[in-house]
Amino acid sequence: MESGSEQTQASPEPSQSSEQAPSQLVTALQREHPEWISDIINAFGEITIVVPRELIVTVCSFLKGWPEGRFDFLADLCGVDRGVEEEPRFEVNYHLFSTSKHHRIRIKVLLTEEDIHVQSVTSIWRTANWHERETYDLFGVIFDGHPDLRRILLPEDWQGYALRKDFPLRGYEPYSLK
Amino acid sequence: MSTAANIPPQFEVVDRPLDTQMTISMGPQHPSTHGVLRLELVLDGEMVVKTTPDIGYLHTGMEKLFEYKKYQQGIVITDRMDYLNPLGNNLAYVMAAEKLLGLEIPERAQTIRVLTCELQRIASHLVWLGTHALDLGAMTVFFYCFREREKILNLIEAASGGRLTPSYFRIGGLMMDLPAGFEHRCKQFLDDFPRAIGEFHTLLSGNRIFQKRTQGIGRISAENAIDWGLSGPCLRGSGVNLDIRRANPYTGYEKYDFEVPTEPDGDVWARYMVRMRELKESHSISTQALSRLKPGPVKADAPKVVLPDREAMKKHMDALIHHFLIIAEGFNVPAGEVYHPIEASKGELGVYMKSDGGPKPSRVHFRGPSFVNLSALPDLASGEMVADVVAIIGSLDIVLGEIDR
Repeated sequence: MESGSEQTQASPEPSQSSEQAPSQLVTALQREHPEWISDIINAFGEITIVVPRELIVTVCSFLKGWPEGRFDFLADLCGVDRGVEEEPRFEVNYHLFSTSKHHRIRIKVLLTEEDIHVQSVTSIWRTANWHERETYDLFGVIFDGHPDLRRILLPEDWQGYALRKDFPLRGYEPYSLK
Repeated sequence: MSTAANIPPQFEVVDRPLDTQMTISMGPQHPSTHGVLRLELVLDGEMVVKTTPDIGYLHTGMEKLFEYKKYQQGIVITDRMDYLNPLGNNLAYVMAAEKLLGLEIPERAQTIRVLTCELQRIASHLVWLGTHALDLGAMTVFFYCFREREKILNLIEAASGGRLTPSYFRIGGLMMDLPAGFEHRCKQFLDDFPRAIGEFHTLLSGNRIFQKRTQGIGRISAENAIDWGLSGPCLRGSGVNLDIRRANPYTGYEKYDFEVPTEPDGDVWARYMVRMRELKESHSISTQALSRLKPGPVKADAPKVVLPDREAMKKHMDALIHHFLIIAEGFNVPAGEVYHPIEASKGELGVYMKSDGGPKPSRVHFRGPSFVNLSALPDLASGEMVADVVAIIGSLDIVLGEIDR
């Protein structure tokens, strides 16, 4: 049944509708739950909603089951260090995709260096597991409720968080000498 | 009891009444883990109880390195991620930068991008097919696949000068136009290739040992596949008709006529059949692209971003100045962030790029399809025989260069 409905969208049409749909969806979402959205950024044909940190699981599980949006696919999750001076310093981006409607949306959560905690979304998408581990490994973002929050790319005894802006490109000292 | 004391702490032993469980480490030098992947397998006899992938052996800090390189210097780093599909990586990276810059790419450059990317997809699938068959004991297929792949690498070498690391695409177009005689050589290859696909099917598809080793192994349902974020042939092997070339068309894919193959079963065999059918579709797209090649420019009209021609530099002062500035200082990219997904040979390859307005990106993140597909391995492998883990890894088509970055 999945393939039947998809075949009809084979024409170039979906690209058009997928560019318009998310902004209308976000307007509808804002009307329904204004407290969920602290900011909307519409740039380069992509739409970003900034969500308060405590509400990320609520918003994600709503968007996943939302009949109008159907954002059932977590395409990517990545951390960003906006710079040592910036406040709040860190952000986590969730790139959602709809496998049936083919539109995309970005959800952004802002985190301060002192309180670098955010709820894990592994209960909503299991694919978030490794993405969150990677973000923890490289930025030190702590995902509360993650089942297995260990370093994934760097060795377990690595000191510091390599993708932070204040971590030098070549590291502090040869790793093997420690 | 004595075995439990000797195991390093990170090995996890599940309590079982008969105490028949054994924890073994597979890799990182195991040939069928396709690189340096290590698996901690908890076995009950020959049955896999638990799988824990251990990655990071190839981690080279590429995402950190991007932040210290100018935009155009980043292209060569992308080659080294998924080294079986470097042109796909180039494409995702340059398209993300082009989205930030708002560049229009000329028609001929887009057609050449489609043509070379589809050739590269065939080459990537051929490596998968050869090694997948080799893992399961069919050695001959490997030689047939690499014979065909050699022809594609020769074509890519003719166009770009590199075989494994072409860096052929530039922000704003291509490094240079196709060389004289390329179209003829490409046509020769494309004319011969359907016969080679027939050979692969003769060697493998009708082979009852291969069927027994793949059918019903490593099953995943469509719902689970979406939950695990699988993409590309792994997702289509579970019956989900999703191809980013169709869903969010880029670089002119909406103008090409091709099918999106899907198989309903979700097992190793289904993923095999999807890729085998994709070989045919990629061949068809390449043929269409080749017939659409018309003379024209291959670089966008953006003198502050695109390097000028050598000839123009000798005659025009402004071209020389632009060349100097682009090389010495780079070009500024408007501040903002984009996520650009493409359909690479292994699935959704997404590039998240954030610019703060300077000549170097402030953050580049690659959503590698291999990384996400591998994360589903514990789910796929549990309850299977240990010998089938090799078949399942092969069917996921992973490249560790992209997983570890």
